[in-house]
Amino acid sequence: MKKTKQLFAGATLATLGLQTAQADYTLNLMQGVTKISNDVYDLHMLILWVCVFIGIAVFGTMFYSMYHHRKSRGHQAANFHENTTVEIIWTIIPTIILVAMAIPATKTMLELDDVQNSDMSIKVTGRQWYWDYEYLGTGVHFESHLDAASEKAHRDGSDPHSVPHYLLSVDRPLVVPVGKKIRFVFTSADVIHSWWVPDLGWKKDANPGFINEAWTSVDKPGTYRGQCTELCGRDHGFMPIVVIAMEQGDYDNWVKTTLAKQEEKPDLSDLSREQLMANGAAVYLKNCVSCHQIDGAGAPGDYPALRGSAKVNAGVDPLIGFLQAGTSKMPSFAKLKDNELAAVITYIRNAPELGNKVGDEIQPKAITPVYDDE
Amino acid sequence: MSAVTAEHEHDDHHDHHAHGPEKGWLRWIVTTNHKDIGTLYLLFALAMFFVGGTMAMIIRAELFEPGMQFVDPKFFNSMTTMHALVMIFGAVMPAFVGLANWMIPMMIGAPDMALPRMNNMSFWLLVSGVLLLASTLFMEGGAPAGGWTLYPPLVLQTGKALPFAIFSVHLLGISSILGAINIVATILNMRAPAMPLMKMPMFVWTWLITGFLLIAIMPVFAGAVTMLLTDKFFHTSFFDAAGGGDPVLYQHIFWFFGHPEVYVMILPTFGVASTIIPVFARKPLFGYSSMVYATASIAFLSFIVWAHHMFTVGMPISGELYFMYATMLIAIPTGVKVFNWTATMWKGAMTFETPMLFSIAFVVLFTLGGFTGLMMSIAPVDFQYHDTYFIVAHFHYTLVPASVFILMAAGYFWLPKWTGHMYNEKIGQLHFWLSTISVNILFFPQHFLGLAGMPRRIPDYAIQFADWNMISSIGGFIFGASQLLFLWIVIDTIKGGTGEKVTDEVWEDAHKHGLEWTLPSPVPYHTFSTPPTVIPCDHN
Repeated sequence: MKKTKQLFAGATLATLGLQTAQADYTLNLMQGVTKISNDVYDLHMLILWVCVFIGIAVFGTMFYSMYHHRKSRGHQAANFHENTTVEIIWTIIPTIILVAMAIPATKTMLELDDVQNSDMSIKVTGRQWYWDYEYLGTGVHFESHLDAASEKAHRDGSDPHSVPHYLLSVDRPLVVPVGKKIRFVFTSADVIHSWWVPDLGWKKDANPGFINEAWTSVDKPGTYRGQCTELCGRDHGFMPIVVIAMEQGDYDNWVKTTLAKQEEKPDLSDLSREQLMANGAAVYLKNCVSCHQIDGAGAPGDYPALRGSAKVNAGVDPLIGFLQAGTSKMPSFAKLKDNELAAVITYIRNAPELGNKVGDEIQPKAITPVYDDE
Repeated sequence: MSAVTAEHEHDDHHDHHAHGPEKGWLRWIVTTNHKDIGTLYLLFALAMFFVGGTMAMIIRAELFEPGMQFVDPKFFNSMTTMHALVMIFGAVMPAFVGLANWMIPMMIGAPDMALPRMNNMSFWLLVSGVLLLASTLFMEGGAPAGGWTLYPPLVLQTGKALPFAIFSVHLLGISSILGAINIVATILNMRAPAMPLMKMPMFVWTWLITGFLLIAIMPVFAGAVTMLLTDKFFHTSFFDAAGGGDPVLYQHIFWFFGHPEVYVMILPTFGVASTIIPVFARKPLFGYSSMVYATASIAFLSFIVWAHHMFTVGMPISGELYFMYATMLIAIPTGVKVFNWTATMWKGAMTFETPMLFSIAFVVLFTLGGFTGLMMSIAPVDFQYHDTYFIVAHFHYTLVPASVFILMAAGYFWLPKWTGHMYNEKIGQLHFWLSTISVNILFFPQHFLGLAGMPRRIPDYAIQFADWNMISSIGGFIFGASQLLFLWIVIDTIKGGTGEKVTDEVWEDAHKHGLEWTLPSPVPYHTFSTPPTVIPCDHN
């Protein structure tokens, strides 16, 4: 009996211990990795302490009163109902506190507003549902999507705990040098998005048809994660931001490697059916799944199903043209390289999980004669 | 004190109208009696509270754990959108209009509202608007899913529901405007001659000011959504850069309505608190004139701070600084009110029946919401708070343990007067404690989530947000379930309650605090057909 109790107690404690080991009961704002983020944190703590003291004073008075000035304790009610002096005091003192708060707040606002004399500029375009980064003047230009593991896990019911940095991980992070003043320009290709990395200390909306500016200077190398913070549709919660800050030397190497990869011609050699299907699944997961869904069923009233779709199951050439042209509802996918296009068309026509079974394969070279993507 | 009793009008009139309510269910369709219409508004609001509450339960169920377990992400967005619209326009605002209808005529010694037939129409316009909005849940493409703020361009991606949602906003707006006109006209014109403005109860003052707010802002909201309609269907480009417009323009127009709108919800809350606390402290309201001036200041300031909802849109620095300073100013009159309620309690002889319990919880928890509001007014820090759960925590603190708690306090306070039956105090206290504890378990952790980096309006989240989300959801489920106790109390009290005899006064010395406590419980169908000559005044 004693052994059973011990075993039970031990198992319970172990489980609780495991739980608390993974538990994350973060309480406070992060200090972040920039001067601005630290200034913002200091302002936050200042106003928080002001509120704590006022709260203690007010609630302390109330609770004292609730205990002592009770009918059941025999307290007789007083009859006063005004006191101009006291009213003036408790109007003037809060005013003074507010003016005191406004001064450092104004200083930080003015600093945040000063985008001048930056060392580089990055254009950030919000899209439903990913980010597009362009390092102005360098030629570096790429999209940043939620990474494949998170994308799959939130759609097929896998355990989120099994995915590293679930929902906060991307395929192509934004890489920046430390210690340099980086200017950002924000816009959107469709609806309003907002770009936020808490460790940098600010967020900025990305408005379609307009440009917003902001700047940062990262003090420490590291990886900093954020999310879109303006409701932008169904996958608003699934378009994170990852910023990797590196020493200048490493950053320069990254720029070189990235440009080289951008210049690379896509490999248009023939592929096996398995290869086409696997590549196609990856292209679909990155580009198509948000609207057409992981089972190809789409969303009635919003996005058509691919499952059993006449367009998908008919001729290949019209399908290629359709994907590259886009419509008023579906963006153009001319950005896909020929090998990606071939793979994804093979996939959508033949994947059992999407419900189509045309039985063909489309090789990369089949795309080129139809549309010459220079 | 007051010499007013129930009136007998048979001898005075030779008109053809009925001397009492219509018979049967038709009464509730055609009534022009302020008490009946007040009841209709209150019961409708209670039903909508449970509808909106169910949507909240769906939201909290999905957010209980990371991963997508129950709903499609777009449906989740519809739930957050509709939860807000239903709670604001279907529950909180109608409930306060219901209280206004029931109580204002009695509090000012008037026989009814100034425009009784328009009063009836205002109610049925409300019902039509809410039903139309609810019907969008069943349309192709689903209910609106772009947030209750309806920002373009996203809202223009709504399916078939868009024009219906916009039209429902028009219906709700007209209902509110007509109701507000009625309330202002009643207060200004139908007070007993013995009651000058500065002897009016605070509840009447707050509704007078709220009436003006509503008349000013509802047409602006109507304008904003009409521009959405024309952008979608008639090729205008108010909010489309390609045609020379700007999506941020919508935000300015919306929040010019939206900020005073939240004060529309909180000012009557303040009025009820200022009514209940003096009764249970057995002491006059402290600083009546300051309370009036503070309410008027808050209302005035509410018109000139709207862009604090837009600190991250990319406004010029001068605009951001101005709105920061103006927003910080609101803390001053609001603080004055909190201090005055505390001073009302100070050196009173308090008892803690259920209405007082909810009112005290209101003062404490609304103040917490006020603190986070002050934190958010510091614009550079708001860059970190904006569109996160910190904001969600703030506005829920200023709405749920504030407006909703005060509405329940009002229910407990006045049900005995309306029905002539006493509610079950033990169940009331159980309802209070369960609600207060669970509302804090539900919303307090959301501050931590926002500070840790969790955005709003997301159906799934990163693992580091899991623990507080689970706790918040548990609080939500307990809070939701606890409200069934209130439903039980309302039904039970209407049917007879504890059976205890209820006097005119109900609460000790209440006759000193308001005219309604000089009337019998339950109040007769028609009251104050001749105005009272003596006004109880607990503050001058």
